[in-house]
Amino acid sequence: MSLIKIAPVNMPGIAFRAVILGLCGLMPLIAPLVGEPYWVDIFIRVMIWAIAAISLDLILGYGGMVSFGHAMFFGIGGYTIGIMSYYDNFNGFIQWPLALVLSAVIATVVGAICMRARGLYFIMITLAFAQMIYFLGVSAEEFGSDDGLTIYGRSEFEVAGLSLDLADSLVFYYVVFFFLLLVLWFVHRLVNSRFGMVIRGIKSNEGRMAAIGFNPFRYKLVCFVIAGVIGGLAGVLMANAEKFISPDMMHWTKSGELIFMVVLGGMGTVFGPVAGAMIFLFLSEILSNITENWHLIFGPFLVLVVLFARHGIDGLFWRWFRGQGGPHA
Amino acid sequence: MPNIMLDVKGLTKSYGGLTATDNVSLQIYENEVNAIIGPNGAGKTTLISQLTGEVAPDKGQVIFDGQDITALPPYKRSRLGIARSFQITSVFLDRTILENAALAVQGHSGHSFQFFKPAAKDRSLIDPAMETLASVGLADRAHLPARAVSHGEHRQLEIAMAMAAKPKMLFLDEPMAGMGPEESARMTAFLESIKGSVTILLIEHDMDAVFALADRITVLVYGKIIAVGAPEDIRNNSEVRQAYLGEGEDL
Repeated sequence: MSLIKIAPVNMPGIAFRAVILGLCGLMPLIAPLVGEPYWVDIFIRVMIWAIAAISLDLILGYGGMVSFGHAMFFGIGGYTIGIMSYYDNFNGFIQWPLALVLSAVIATVVGAICMRARGLYFIMITLAFAQMIYFLGVSAEEFGSDDGLTIYGRSEFEVAGLSLDLADSLVFYYVVFFFLLLVLWFVHRLVNSRFGMVIRGIKSNEGRMAAIGFNPFRYKLVCFVIAGVIGGLAGVLMANAEKFISPDMMHWTKSGELIFMVVLGGMGTVFGPVAGAMIFLFLSEILSNITENWHLIFGPFLVLVVLFARHGIDGLFWRWFRGQGGPHA
Repeated sequence: MPNIMLDVKGLTKSYGGLTATDNVSLQIYENEVNAIIGPNGAGKTTLISQLTGEVAPDKGQVIFDGQDITALPPYKRSRLGIARSFQITSVFLDRTILENAALAVQGHSGHSFQFFKPAAKDRSLIDPAMETLASVGLADRAHLPARAVSHGEHRQLEIAMAMAAKPKMLFLDEPMAGMGPEESARMTAFLESIKGSVTILLIEHDMDAVFALADRITVLVYGKIIAVGAPEDIRNNSEVRQAYLGEGEDL
């Protein structure tokens, strides 16, 4: 019994992903060539949002937990960096691990409570927690309340005379790109591991998974915590990119936008959220230049994607291939 | 006196005014096939669900292999050696037949907090999964997505997933539901082949299968057990005939 099958190569699907990653990887070269240098800044934002969207997709698309509060991790990661900088600690070796540990701790507490609820109630409780943390930011007068807090320097990484200069925008760009690739690789491994099999199984049939010996609660919680930590990482990068934090970065509309990106790009695919983040941010950029009421165009577009591309834009390219006679055509 | 594998004592479950399980006491012997029969709505599935842990009883006790499991959640009962198949097919349609079986193997091979190694290439999951599939006659379907195979094969996969854990006791909720006569006969033959090696509690409407397989039959009507006995005794029990089969019908 041979387990090795020669899978036909999915050209449109792979080409689509290669183009998107290629754009991310080469934008600092492309942008000056086409005379739009600000595209580099847009792409930093695209990649950071993509990291957050990938982490949301891990719980939403793979774990079946619709969280409407994922932007809280933007806030936790971002505020950790902001507050430490406010107290003149710019050491990245302290800032970053602290932000990720805090994200993990808060995700554990929030996840353990939210998971007592299901379906709509789960959505509402995640939203409630995100709102709590949002208002914590609003009420933190020391750190600027609604007006936010300016960060006077990016995180510093210095070891034995060697330093990674994040203040250099090109270095920072490729640090973000590196983390995007790292998160893509990590999540790809994760969803295909034993652990990934379990959370995907729980999504489609929790009762069956319990009947074959899995404790759904524990696996869902660990999944939620992993997603929270990656979300926190996105917050860390965001604070460093903007050199500014405010409660707005964890407003509920940001959680909503993350869900948009996941749905747009393709739920339950590792790469979909990257495509989703790019298309979402680029479209909103272009459309808002054309008209103030760009939501009027964007809304129907999203409806069309939901109706006609069940696995998002990324799924569209993979299905196109299957239509040409791929496996399980 | 044979060993008692499952000892149910005074199990009661009500939903509002309806008593779905009414003070049920029942003993299942090690390695016997005990078939629960009864008209629709007799509470058979509710009873099984309390034994496997999906539904909590209001009163009573469930002792499995000498251990009180009344308060244990399904996954803990599963690890003690209880496996079940579902009346409504509950396989993972997006996965292949092999992946379904491998997942069932994984459920009983320690914890699954392994985050990196691809599960699809894990021989310690794939090999036992293939073995189980071969035993139910699905080996040649292994690489098809579960969505693509017939209803009868879904039912076979249901059993394979339950068997993958090498359980001490198997709860089968209508394994022949919706099967044609040929598929039913094949399933009966398969259950015949494992009979004696595992304790089986079987719910089934197909009387040919029940009488072919069961060592003892338990008759459940309106949540109450009205008779337990060898197939011959049940066949000749007038109370059972009246309650279940209607006057004059032949078993």
